[in-house]
Amino acid sequence: MATHASFKDRVLIAVIGDEDSITGLLLAGVGHINEHQKKNFLVVDAKTQVSTIESAFQEFTERKDVAILLINQHIAEKIRPTVDRYQQAFPTLVEIPSKDHPYDPSKDSVLKRVQKLFGE
Amino acid sequence: MSGAGARENVFATRMALTNTKLRLKGAQTGHSLLARKRDALTTRFRAILKKVDEAKRKMGRVMQLASFSMAEVTYTTGDISYLVQEQAKLATFRVKAKQENVSGILLPAFEVDRVSGSDFNLTGLGRGGQQVLRAKEVYAKAIETLVELASLQTAFTILDEVIRATNRRVNAIEHVVIPRLDNTIKYILSELDEMDREEFFRLKKVQEKKKRDAASAAELKALQDGEEALPEPVEEPTEVTTDLLSSKDEDVIF
Repeated sequence: MATHASFKDRVLIAVIGDEDSITGLLLAGVGHINEHQKKNFLVVDAKTQVSTIESAFQEFTERKDVAILLINQHIAEKIRPTVDRYQQAFPTLVEIPSKDHPYDPSKDSVLKRVQKLFGE
Repeated sequence: MSGAGARENVFATRMALTNTKLRLKGAQTGHSLLARKRDALTTRFRAILKKVDEAKRKMGRVMQLASFSMAEVTYTTGDISYLVQEQAKLATFRVKAKQENVSGILLPAFEVDRVSGSDFNLTGLGRGGQQVLRAKEVYAKAIETLVELASLQTAFTILDEVIRATNRRVNAIEHVVIPRLDNTIKYILSELDEMDREEFFRLKKVQEKKKRDAASAAELKALQDGEEALPEPVEEPTEVTTDLLSSKDEDVIF
C-alpha cells in the first residue's frame, strides 16, 4: 500500500470542532501551525458555512502529516455524505462528542459499519 | 462429453495432463492457505470490532468528563479560547505510528508521543490556574483514549479491506479456478481415452486387413497351384478326340 511508506510522517492530530472542544484539545497540546501558517484545527460555530467545513475536511484528509482527524459529531452530521464517503485508512477519522451534543453511537459512520457487520 | 463448463485451451496430451494436475494441486493448496488466512483475520477482526465498540462508548464518557473540566475552567478563569487558539504554535501532543503484523498484514497502531512543553503557562495566571492545569491533564487523558480508538479504527478499516480481498480470492479459486482445472483434466482424460479406443480400433482393423490379405493371398496361391495341376487331364480327351477323328477305323464303311 502506498500509505505504508508515508505514515511514519503522520504525527499530527487535526481537529474540526466547536470552540470548547478545540480549546480543550489545544490546551492538551495538539495545536500546530506549520510554516505556511496553516492551522491543524478549525473552529466551527453557528455562523460557519457548510462549504468551509467541507473544504477544511478535504484539506485535513489530504494533508500528509495528519494521522488522526477528530471531528465533533454534530459537525460531522452537517457534512454526513462526505464523512460517509470517506473510506481511507489514513488519516483516521474519529467522531467525538461535544459539550452540547451527547454522543450518539447510531450516527457514527464507523459504528454503523460495525453494527452492520455484527447484525449479519 | 466434458465439453460442459469452462476449460483451458490445451492439447490433450499426457504432458498437459500432468501439468494441469500439478496446477490443480497448487490451486487446492493455495485455497486452503487463503481460507486459513481469512479465518485468522476474521478472528482478529471480531476482536477489534468488539474493542472498537467498547472504546467508542468509553470515549463518550471520557469526553463528557473533559467537557466538564473545561466548564470549570471557563467558570473560574473566564473565556480562554481566544488566548489558547492564538498561542498554539507547535504541537506538543503528537502521535507515532508503529506497525503490527497480523498474518502478513501490516496494521498501523498509533502511540502517544508527548513532549512536555511549557505551552499556555501564562494561561490562568490570574485565577483558575489549577483548573486550567487539571483540564489540560484531563484532555490529555481523553486524547490518549481517542488515539487508542483511532488506531483500533484504522486496523478495522484496513482489516475490513483485506478480508474482502481475501474472500474474493478464496471464492475465485473455489468457484472458478478449481472447476476449470477439473474440467480440463476431465477433458484431457476423455480425449486420451478416445484416442486409446481409436488406436485399438485401428489396430484391430489393421489386423483384420492383414488376415484378410493373407487369406486371399493363400486362396490365390491355391488357385494358381490348382491351375497348374488341372490342365493336364483336360488336355488328354482333346487329343483323344483328335485321335478319334483323325484315325481311320476299319469298321466304318464310308
